[in-house]
Amino acid sequence: MGHLLEVKDLEVKFALRMGDLTAINGVSFTLDRGERLGLVGESGAGKSVTGFAIINLISKPGYISGGTVIFDGRDLTGLTGEGMRHIRGNLISMIFQDPMMTLNPVLTIGTQMVETLQAHMNISRKAAEKIALEKLRMVQIPSPEKRLQQYPHEFSGGMRQRIVVAIALLADPALIIADEPTTALDVTIQAEIMELLLELCESEGTGLILITHDLAVVSQVTQKIAVMYAGKVVEAGLTEDIIDNPLHPYTQGLIKALPDGRNPGTRLNQIPGVMPSLIDIPPGCSFHPRCTIRGDICRYESPVLREIPGYRNMAACHMLGLKKEPTEKDRAE
Amino acid sequence: MKDRLIDIKNLVKHFDISGGLLEQLAVSKGRIIRKQTVVRAVNDVSLFVNPGETLSVVGESGCGKSTLARTLLGLYQPDGGEIYYRGDRIDGLTQKEMLPYRAKMQMIFQDPYASLNPRMTVQQTLEEPVVFHNPSISGSEVKDRVAGVMQQVGVDPAWTDRYPHEFSGGQRQRISIARALMVDPEFVVADEPVSALDVSVQAQILNLLMDAQEQRGLTYLFITHDLSVVRHISSRVAVMYLGRVCELAPTTNLFESPGHPYTRALLSAIPDLYDRRHKYIKLKGEVPTPIDLPSGCVFHGRCPYADGRCSREIPALNHQGKAVYVACHAVEEGRI
Ligand SMILES: Nc1ncnc2c1ncn2[C@@H]1O[C@H](COP(=O)(O)OP(=O)(O)OP(=O)(O)O)[C@@H](O)[C@H]1O
Ligand SMILES: Nc1ncnc2c1ncn2[C@@H]1O[C@H](COP(=O)(O)OP(=O)(O)OP(=O)(O)O)[C@@H](O)[C@H]1O
Ligand code: SF4
Ligand SMILES: [Mg+2]
Ligand SMILES: [Mg+2]
Repeated sequence: MGHLLEVKDLEVKFALRMGDLTAINGVSFTLDRGERLGLVGESGAGKSVTGFAIINLISKPGYISGGTVIFDGRDLTGLTGEGMRHIRGNLISMIFQDPMMTLNPVLTIGTQMVETLQAHMNISRKAAEKIALEKLRMVQIPSPEKRLQQYPHEFSGGMRQRIVVAIALLADPALIIADEPTTALDVTIQAEIMELLLELCESEGTGLILITHDLAVVSQVTQKIAVMYAGKVVEAGLTEDIIDNPLHPYTQGLIKALPDGRNPGTRLNQIPGVMPSLIDIPPGCSFHPRCTIRGDICRYESPVLREIPGYRNMAACHMLGLKKEPTEKDRAE
Repeated sequence: MKDRLIDIKNLVKHFDISGGLLEQLAVSKGRIIRKQTVVRAVNDVSLFVNPGETLSVVGESGCGKSTLARTLLGLYQPDGGEIYYRGDRIDGLTQKEMLPYRAKMQMIFQDPYASLNPRMTVQQTLEEPVVFHNPSISGSEVKDRVAGVMQQVGVDPAWTDRYPHEFSGGQRQRISIARALMVDPEFVVADEPVSALDVSVQAQILNLLMDAQEQRGLTYLFITHDLSVVRHISSRVAVMYLGRVCELAPTTNLFESPGHPYTRALLSAIPDLYDRRHKYIKLKGEVPTPIDLPSGCVFHGRCPYADGRCSREIPALNHQGKAVYVACHAVEEGRI
């Protein structure tokens, strides 16, 4: 059996008046059944666009301009209408930062859950309610029978997000894509939701793509990480390898920039500059203007994600895995 | 206590959100009654800030951090309590009486876009507070001061004629820090100054704030919900829960041996990059609202150590030695 999901050279463009903006530019990764992957990177790196592109939910002026998304052996990029709705309702669920993207404010939780189930399955209201109750129990909502009768505004932010997790679980999907599911929540509630997601994915064998800018959150939940920068995956590998042994200068900079409680009061390691705007991506490696180990080639040739000899991580950087790391001076000579 | 820069005593700030009189009227058991809804945002908060230190205020969304800061700076009128600046009482002062303190106390906000005037260039933005607080200053002196601060905080001179919308979030935060520093303040309140920024840019701004503190001997009140940032930059920490301070302690004490049950739970919930799948303290129940404050200890409904006394009696912020203060009956009784 192949991978559950294989994203290959995925490319999404937005047709804007000033020209095409390439939001993601050749994103590739794989996910096996029951595996959890973290997609991390700074604001605008293309994490959400990648998530939406997987379920073919890029709306105009955006479009998938290249690449494939093979899910369970089928390419989803060509799927439309009924076929795609079946995938989204039964096989892949999405959870967003704002629970109200999923919840309808004027319907009770019970009605929403029953309607969601009936849209994709031929079952009675009674049977649907039974499943809804079971899922609310799984996400530890107290007195679920009573809660089914209530409207979204009667729940706290953390409870709403748990209900969204319950809805995502309704059809026993093979894959959940969670886009910043706890970014708007307090840390104590974040810890609960993350543990819940993790335990459910483990017990149900569900695959997870966790999208977030918070490396520390990802480190608690996933087995693999893909780091994105300016529309590309710049490093990918096992969670422990990425965090304990980052290779790409951007990943290294990102981890070193985090205050980790070890050296209070000292200057933090800052990455100079900012991520380029996608309208204005520099030629060559898009990280080169901020990079401390760049060489001449970085200015004109875009590096591809590749295996680095001697390491388990894949990285997109010209300067890695050279026999001897040459300096600017070496190359000038 | 003259040696304290700021001393806050029993500060109270409530918001009446009942609306107009008509909206307040309701019928109950056949009679018309007037219903008032009050948000008890800050309740009986006592705190002090030493000169040159960074005191961080942490706590979950809605616990009253911003309200505390705004009341301290005179942006809201307190409903009770006292505020002292270098021993001078400053609550209840008129606008005019407050003016000299206004220049000494500056504020930086989370969203620099909302706090910068979109129609002013960077140069105008930076000149305005200088001229306001020093009406007799000459034009060339203003220019010199602007240039000096710009250089210190890394505002590129090429930016001077541009407008806020032309800058990234990190650049805008740099400009608003420069603006706060223009009038040579002693005390800066920073309300979530890096929460909207990406990690790599957050480090740039935190470094800038630490440098400015060192060069100018600034005192900070730093509000944030990011506990790793708190640990990195603060000398002391005040933990708030539902409008009250539940613990006030030097940073090392707080992180190494938190006293209050809420602090323990909060710290245990921080995801740690190097401690994968670590165990955290699970709290029961939901956070109550500041409209319906619980009786006794505001934390008792979620606290694993609560007993009868906790639901009846409000715990005072007691000295626990070594500059540590905790508001908890269980700690006071030595139960935990
Ligand atoms: N509808 C749209 N029209 C034009 N550009 C878009 C649209 N949606 C996304 N983009 C662009 O695509 C790029 C990637 O956006 P995306 O939302 O994937 O970022 P992200 O990594 O999820 O960031 P964040 O952490 O802020 O959520 C951004 O530059 C964004 O401006
Ligand atoms: N101007 C106001 N009018 C009415 N209620 C207010 C006002 N400002 C704040 N509140 C309420 O007071 C309480 C404390 O709010 P505050 O903004 O001080 O919290 P905070 O700790 O800064 O939260 P956050 O971390 O979300 O910024 C909240 O319940 C809030 O809704
Ligand atoms: S006073 Fe009681 S309820 Fe409050 S934190 Fe202490 S033990 Fe818990
Ligand atoms: Mg996003
Ligand atoms: Mg606030």
